[in-house]
Amino acid sequence: MPADVGQPPTKTAMDLDVRGQDWYVDKLVSVLVFVGGISAVVLILGIFVFITKEGVGFVFGPMEVWEFFTSPFWRPTSRTEATYGILALMVGTASVTGLAMLIAVPFSLGAAVFIGEFATGRTRETLKVLVELLAAIPSVVWGFIGLAIMNPLIIETFDVPIGLGILNSGIILGLMAAPIMTTIAEDALKAVPDGYREAAEAMGATKWQVISKVVFPAAKNGLMAAVLLGVGRGFGETMAVLMASGHSINLPTSVFDSVRALTATIAAELGEAPVGSDHYRALFTIGIFLFLITFVINLMADIVIRGGGRKR
Amino acid sequence: MVAPTVKLAVRDLRIAYGEEEAVSGISLDVHANEIFGIIGPAGSGKTSFLRALNRMEMFNDDMHVSGEIVFGGRDISDIRNVYALRQKIGVVFPLPVGLPMSVYDNVALSPRLRGVKNKAALDEIVERCLTRAALWDEVKDRLKALGSLLSGGQQQRLTIARALSQDPELLLLDEFSIAVDPVTTMRIEDVLRELKEEVTIILVTNLVQQARRLADRTAFFLSGELVEVAETEVLFTGEVKDQRTRDYVEGRFG
Repeated sequence: MPADVGQPPTKTAMDLDVRGQDWYVDKLVSVLVFVGGISAVVLILGIFVFITKEGVGFVFGPMEVWEFFTSPFWRPTSRTEATYGILALMVGTASVTGLAMLIAVPFSLGAAVFIGEFATGRTRETLKVLVELLAAIPSVVWGFIGLAIMNPLIIETFDVPIGLGILNSGIILGLMAAPIMTTIAEDALKAVPDGYREAAEAMGATKWQVISKVVFPAAKNGLMAAVLLGVGRGFGETMAVLMASGHSINLPTSVFDSVRALTATIAAELGEAPVGSDHYRALFTIGIFLFLITFVINLMADIVIRGGGRKR
Repeated sequence: MVAPTVKLAVRDLRIAYGEEEAVSGISLDVHANEIFGIIGPAGSGKTSFLRALNRMEMFNDDMHVSGEIVFGGRDISDIRNVYALRQKIGVVFPLPVGLPMSVYDNVALSPRLRGVKNKAALDEIVERCLTRAALWDEVKDRLKALGSLLSGGQQQRLTIARALSQDPELLLLDEFSIAVDPVTTMRIEDVLRELKEEVTIILVTNLVQQARRLADRTAFFLSGELVEVAETEVLFTGEVKDQRTRDYVEGRFG
């Protein structure tokens, strides 16, 4: 008790030390939530340790790191001289994802703006449900569309010998990524307080001026995050790309060329690579590489979301 | 004259946000059953001071509090149940916070958290608190309506009713009248005068005339420091110790 106050504690003040049932329930819940949060971290670390353990022997063993990333020759099953170069695979993944984003970003931002700012009532609700439904289509179905519908369509339209390639898989991947990007972008727009819109509209700003000058800047971080998550989705997608890209190792010179993606390579070959062989460990090294890329992209999305939040 | 009971004693309170000090060593006593006014220009540390009284620095990692805050004879930094402390200290924030539940549930929330289940008892608390907050007549026919849909002024009175439903010993009001019309403000002020029979009230306000109307004693904060504290009438009309106080209450700066 501080000396200069000179009064004994009151009855209620002493009661402040009583910890009732509520207090213990609160502590118990905090512990449970902590365990839940930690288990997610432990799982991710576990996955990382596993793929690193399988791949690391290769990285520090027979592999030439420089050659691994710069050689376009991926011939893991060659009897005479097996080579492990993932340049062609990286170019494949990057070109398909790049094209997908060119398609998905305008589509999804447009859809988000329409749903969030223009559509009202029934239209808006219906569209939201439809977009969420689109996001739930399994990727193998998208791959099937790529093979069965897009392939002949591209052959016919552009008069090329084969319709499986960057164009096909880029479009498919773009359509796949768009719904989830739309949902996140729309959430970002919805998070902008209506007061901002009203204040701008009250000055006589047009709908488009309100959106471009007030809503977009306010929602900038969320929109960026939507795009980055779309990119992450593109890098990670496997089945649809495997089916629509043609899956042939190639440094492409046009959008009609077939390419092979990093993910598709793992999916197609891991089952046939003898456990512990160079091939098996090379595939795990690709896994580490993909894990790091996805990690960096997600980290960037996270920094973008927070970075802006601090300044405001 | 008998020395007044000290409800809250603050000694050398310092509050910093990161590197920036918002309150630089304030010491004062608040007596039981008085309305204690705090006036001062924006940025003088009034709100930070109030937040520290309710241990709200726990919500903000940047906020660091040092010094002593003694509530009912106990230093609040070493009590064992901070939730019990907050229940004894009601807070009304500048902007109304109608929680997204019915008007009735807004006011019944705190008693329910304390374990009151009896319907009649809850009804009685809700009616009493809403009446005291000068809101009962306007909402008695729509207690089931969503609290967040009331008008701004009504929501603020709902917020006050909710704070009263905690049955607090200390009520902290931070610029409660910003979103309330003058007529309602006067009604709430009348309510506060009656309430001080039961609770101790700290009133932070930008309206110096409101402090003059309501407060028994008033403190003048400037740039995180306590310039002076005195009986309200002395502060406004008598001999002030510091010329800055006179300038501020007469509206020459601020």
